[in-house]
Amino acid sequence: MSISDCPSDTIQARFALQRQGDFCLNVDVTVPATGVTAVFGHSGSGKTTFLRCVAGLEKPDDGYLNVKGEVWQGPSRLLPTHRRPLGYVFQEASLFPHLTAKGNLDYAIKRASDVFDVELYDRVLEVMGIDSLLERHPHQLSGGERQRVAIARALLIQPRLLLMDEPLASLDMARKQEILPYLERLHETFDVPVLYVSHSVDEVARLADRTLVFDQGEVVAQGRLADVFSRIDLPLGFGEDAGVVLQGKVVERDSQWHLARVGFEGGELWVRDGGDALGRSVRVRVLARDVSLALACHEDSSILNRLPVTVSEIAADKDEAMAMVRLQSGKEYLIARITQRSRQRLGVEPGRQLWAQIKSVAIVR
Amino acid sequence: MNLSQDDLATLWLTLQLATTVTAILLIVGTPIAWWLARTRSWWKGVVSAVVALPLVLPPTVLGFYLLLAMGPEGAIGQLTQGLGLGTLPFTFWGLVVASVLYSLPFVVQPIQNAMEALGERPLEAAATLRAGPWDRFFTVVVPMARPGFLTAAVLGFAHTVGEFGLVLMIGGNIPGETRVVSVQIYDHVEALDYAHAHGLAAIMVLFSFLVLLGLYGVQRQKGTFGLTYGKNR
Repeated sequence: MSISDCPSDTIQARFALQRQGDFCLNVDVTVPATGVTAVFGHSGSGKTTFLRCVAGLEKPDDGYLNVKGEVWQGPSRLLPTHRRPLGYVFQEASLFPHLTAKGNLDYAIKRASDVFDVELYDRVLEVMGIDSLLERHPHQLSGGERQRVAIARALLIQPRLLLMDEPLASLDMARKQEILPYLERLHETFDVPVLYVSHSVDEVARLADRTLVFDQGEVVAQGRLADVFSRIDLPLGFGEDAGVVLQGKVVERDSQWHLARVGFEGGELWVRDGGDALGRSVRVRVLARDVSLALACHEDSSILNRLPVTVSEIAADKDEAMAMVRLQSGKEYLIARITQRSRQRLGVEPGRQLWAQIKSVAIVR
Repeated sequence: MNLSQDDLATLWLTLQLATTVTAILLIVGTPIAWWLARTRSWWKGVVSAVVALPLVLPPTVLGFYLLLAMGPEGAIGQLTQGLGLGTLPFTFWGLVVASVLYSLPFVVQPIQNAMEALGERPLEAAATLRAGPWDRFFTVVVPMARPGFLTAAVLGFAHTVGEFGLVLMIGGNIPGETRVVSVQIYDHVEALDYAHAHGLAAIMVLFSFLVLLGLYGVQRQKGTFGLTYGKNR
């Protein structure tokens, strides 16, 4: 592969690395350099090592890295971390303890790619909501606040690529909920591609546009969330968390019953009205365990959402009693987790037309 | 208090010596400490051992070898003579060189400990913020290891003020040139002049106490690194 055939709007990364013990990383991926790409996998799957290779913090035995047409690593070139125009948010807060929050931001501003931009500064402070924290030292901030300052610092360096290594993993549930909206706004406000390492399906479902799935040091799947999360052949072992993420739009709001109708490529779903305006783009998550199958359309049940689907694939679950079924609905897919017994009884086979009854749908964004 | 003109001269000389030695130690000790804190080289053990030698050697042994090395026939002596500086024994600068070697572990080890305690993360964070190696060292390592530097400076200074055996071996007892407080006290006692010995000894006790009190006070406030004597590593 020659260097010139890498378009300027992608990130192309190939790393081979062997570590003591039996860990090795072996990836060769190309992802669009826009939006949020989740680097997803279990702990120990190599996703953090991959991110560190991109940052130059880890030196692969062999590698090639091209970010938007700029070679960061090649056969005869290894750009040290401090020469790479990136921003990095570590898992635990990595603020300099001897500097105030403001001092930490200034550290980035002084070394930023471009001259200081007041407008950017104000916008970063506003989006991260850290205006009132500037005079404090890191030890006077909560975990969530520290992480917000760290994200602001990474943005103020004016990166061409933002790397985030499980920025929420060290926070408790409440803090996570506190920070997630900031991350979503980051995505909406700043035009910088993000590689977001996470092992949390929730975070990925909320934040990512596409995902790379890591397993044992290799990329086993990549693509749109809707495609990857509806695959049942991956060794992801989501178990109870298995489910698809669908991108849709609010097409109707029913004020009497406080429901909203969300249209997506594969049909329509009623969800609890979360206050999203008509026409607003939303992302919904349908868990496999909330999808049941029926041979006919049962009007006589409490279940609100019923979609005509075609069985496209069946796979065994880790649990012997269960089976995973991939269902096509229009252009999109759902997955259902049903018992093997029901599968047999209903005669669920690829190509079979069925009704999917969806017990619950959640708007994740 | 009973202090003669001579006593004051020795106090002043001691102060000059300790200040000079401390300054040199911080400049020499910092890169050694940094290297020791970061390296995975096989040489780390060797260098650590050499740096720590003065902790276990009697000052007279160190002084003896330094005397030979800095003398007219020794390697250092040859070098200094070649540079037209004469020989170092029985001069102020001879004392400085000997003291730097003797107090090196007291400076290197606290700095090294503080640097090791930093870990990789702050340096990696700085690198992702476009700070090059020198930039990282001066904007992250030095300020974050400051308590270690403070401990090192105080220990280096105090240790130099307190040395006796090495001074006698290398410096002799030349007024205004190499006669420091500890030697002066010894002389007073030899001459049974306890009154003057008391004066200087009391000053030494008070000085040492105040220095350590100040150090512990600062460290308690900062609440970071304890006073780490080299021997306790």
